[in-house]
Amino acid sequence: MAVALNQQQEFTAKLKQIEEMLKKYKGQKGALLQALQEAQNIMGYLPIEVQEMVAETLDITLSEVYSTITFYSFFSLKPKGKYQIRTCLGTACYVRGAEKILDRLKTELGIEVGDTTDDGKFSLNACRCIGACGLAPAIIINDEVYGRLTPDKIPDILKKFE
Amino acid sequence: MEIYRAHVLVCKGTGCVASGSEPIMEAFEKEIEKKGLSKEVKVVQTGCLGLCELGPNVLIYPEGSYYCTVKAEDVPEIVEEHLLKGRIVERLLYKERDTKERYRSLMDIDFYKRQKRIALRHCGLINPEIIEEYIANDGYRALAKALTEMTPQQVIDEVKQSGLRGRGGGGFSTGTKWQFAANAQGDIKYVVCNADEGDPGAFMDRSILEGDPHTVLEAMEIAGYAIGASEGYIYVRAEYPIAVKRLEIAIEQARNHGLLGKNILGTDFSFDIFIRLGSGAFVCGEETALLASVEGRRGEPRPRPPFPANKGLWDKPTIINNVETYANVPEIILKGAEWFSSIGSEKSKGTKVFAVGGKINHTGLIEIPMGTTLKEVIYDICGGIPNNKKFKAVQTGGPSGGCLPASLLDMPIEYDTLIQAGSMMGSGGMIVMDEDNCMVDIAKFFLTFTQEESCGKCPPCRIGTKRMLEILERISNGEGKEGDIELLENLANSIKASALCGLGQTAPNPVLSTIRYFRDEYEAHIKDKKCPAGACKALVHYEIIADKCKGCGMCLKVCPTQAISGERRQPHKIDAEKCIKCNSCFDRCPFGAIVKI
Repeated sequence: MAVALNQQQEFTAKLKQIEEMLKKYKGQKGALLQALQEAQNIMGYLPIEVQEMVAETLDITLSEVYSTITFYSFFSLKPKGKYQIRTCLGTACYVRGAEKILDRLKTELGIEVGDTTDDGKFSLNACRCIGACGLAPAIIINDEVYGRLTPDKIPDILKKFE
Repeated sequence: MEIYRAHVLVCKGTGCVASGSEPIMEAFEKEIEKKGLSKEVKVVQTGCLGLCELGPNVLIYPEGSYYCTVKAEDVPEIVEEHLLKGRIVERLLYKERDTKERYRSLMDIDFYKRQKRIALRHCGLINPEIIEEYIANDGYRALAKALTEMTPQQVIDEVKQSGLRGRGGGGFSTGTKWQFAANAQGDIKYVVCNADEGDPGAFMDRSILEGDPHTVLEAMEIAGYAIGASEGYIYVRAEYPIAVKRLEIAIEQARNHGLLGKNILGTDFSFDIFIRLGSGAFVCGEETALLASVEGRRGEPRPRPPFPANKGLWDKPTIINNVETYANVPEIILKGAEWFSSIGSEKSKGTKVFAVGGKINHTGLIEIPMGTTLKEVIYDICGGIPNNKKFKAVQTGGPSGGCLPASLLDMPIEYDTLIQAGSMMGSGGMIVMDEDNCMVDIAKFFLTFTQEESCGKCPPCRIGTKRMLEILERISNGEGKEGDIELLENLANSIKASALCGLGQTAPNPVLSTIRYFRDEYEAHIKDKKCPAGACKALVHYEIIADKCKGCGMCLKVCPTQAISGERRQPHKIDAEKCIKCNSCFDRCPFGAIVKI
């Protein structure tokens, strides 16, 4: 109960922060993407409350906001896990076996790409080229790159976050 | 200014940072301080040196000693031996793969000595976060020359005569593009830099932005002067945080030095640059989609004409060039069109940067004169294929390009030869594949990519690539039918002819080129239900050869699904029901006892 209350307070505080941030974009043309990027940086994702706020401030329709969010893969409508795992599926990683790394991650975590584990700890995503082609195949967990991987290195890496 | 007797250059490109170059740099600073050398030796962070695979890379001048795969515990030895006693630490020097020779200077090694660096001229040499280092290396001199000695038309003529063509994809003449925008009517015009490098496996633009951000700013200003624009936008991927940070620093510094903003260098010319972040949509590399995204909308392309040179950003005349194209411009203005056009081949002038990756010994970034052959790049510069495997194909042009077979290795790399061969230059990704890579699987990989990235506006791309992907999936699942190859070709040609933008028009290329050169592999999948490379999961299964198995239990330990069983020192067995074909056992077995059938 106390936890839920805490989360609610945090959410409201972040909404407030987004409201403040949006002020500078009021009346500016073409600011939608920048506004959404900043809002997501604050909240971590873009729930309906944020979308409504953006639409109102920039004086555009909610449908336009929603269609733009779903167009770009950078934006998320769902909260992400504490540790965000992104598997590079760029060509260089792919030809060096990135799919097998991804398969192993799925088995170990028991989730599919785009999902978050029930405890909210890990979310798993695929991405295109993180530019660490020299270390292929590679994954990023939050901001840290793990390269030169083989599937059997995965359990040890995940253990570090437990 | 202080004079140092030695410089320690630590690569802080994305590849080396991922390999841990940050702690190395700190270790150098600490150790140098400890030995009291702080006034004599300077530690400098640089952009990408190119050999990402051997990172973290450290270069020490004046000798040019190139140390690779440096670890923090090596640092005291380097400082003690090299910087204090003047003895090069041989064991850490780069070792040539064939001759096992260790060279004392970077410029002697095969990987570098065959390159010609124009766009990458400052990468790995200067600190990208200090404008003075750029200026000391002729930085902003081309801008000064253009503003004070040349008319806008002279600038355009110089770029036109140089023969510079777009380095981001199609290869359109840069000077001609500028001329169109200069001729277009309108008092407000824009200069845009396309830094939305989306080709999976290409990272040259990122390396230039990280290693030499000022060169892009300088070139955009020159372009602005040439066409009569006063504002510029750099559209860069949000996934490139280091590049974005260095661009921000560079813009700030240039403004403070009077090299950007109002009355640049005391002239009447005013120009400012702003950054816009891409949000992960490959189609935004297409110029009209990119403009829509800069305007804050969904990045959907629109039909051309009107071309952006006439109706671009906010419907004003706009030029869009990619990062690498811009990086060539200051050198062309400084050294002249004649110098630039003397490099390269008849129809493709200058150099091209390639990000070479995949099954290759030296993964990394190289810049070569146009006309260099694929063989020289793959074998002479990048050291060939690892693990004694056989070369199968090289993929250029990313999702828009194609796979070229061994028979074309002697082909010179030029815009037109690549297109004739069914591929294209693209932005410069070059992925090498060996016998273990299945061409049907690779075609499927690229089509999955374009299918996901298709914006959905035009039916040929949205529906056509989907149908093609379904057929490819069927083939790799062993459910291919007679006539599938012809159906793929038919669909591919219709999509090429009718899609709205470059993404759709080139999406079928990976399929068409693999059918053209590796038709037998498609046929093996369809007729014999076999994947010759052993890559398509549905068509292979794993077995243990009892004679070769020593019962060491290593496969048993790595198997994530407990599909392997057996007593110690007795031959093991794989339960096909439980096996998820993850390949872990195959990779781990030291005796080659596991086979894919």
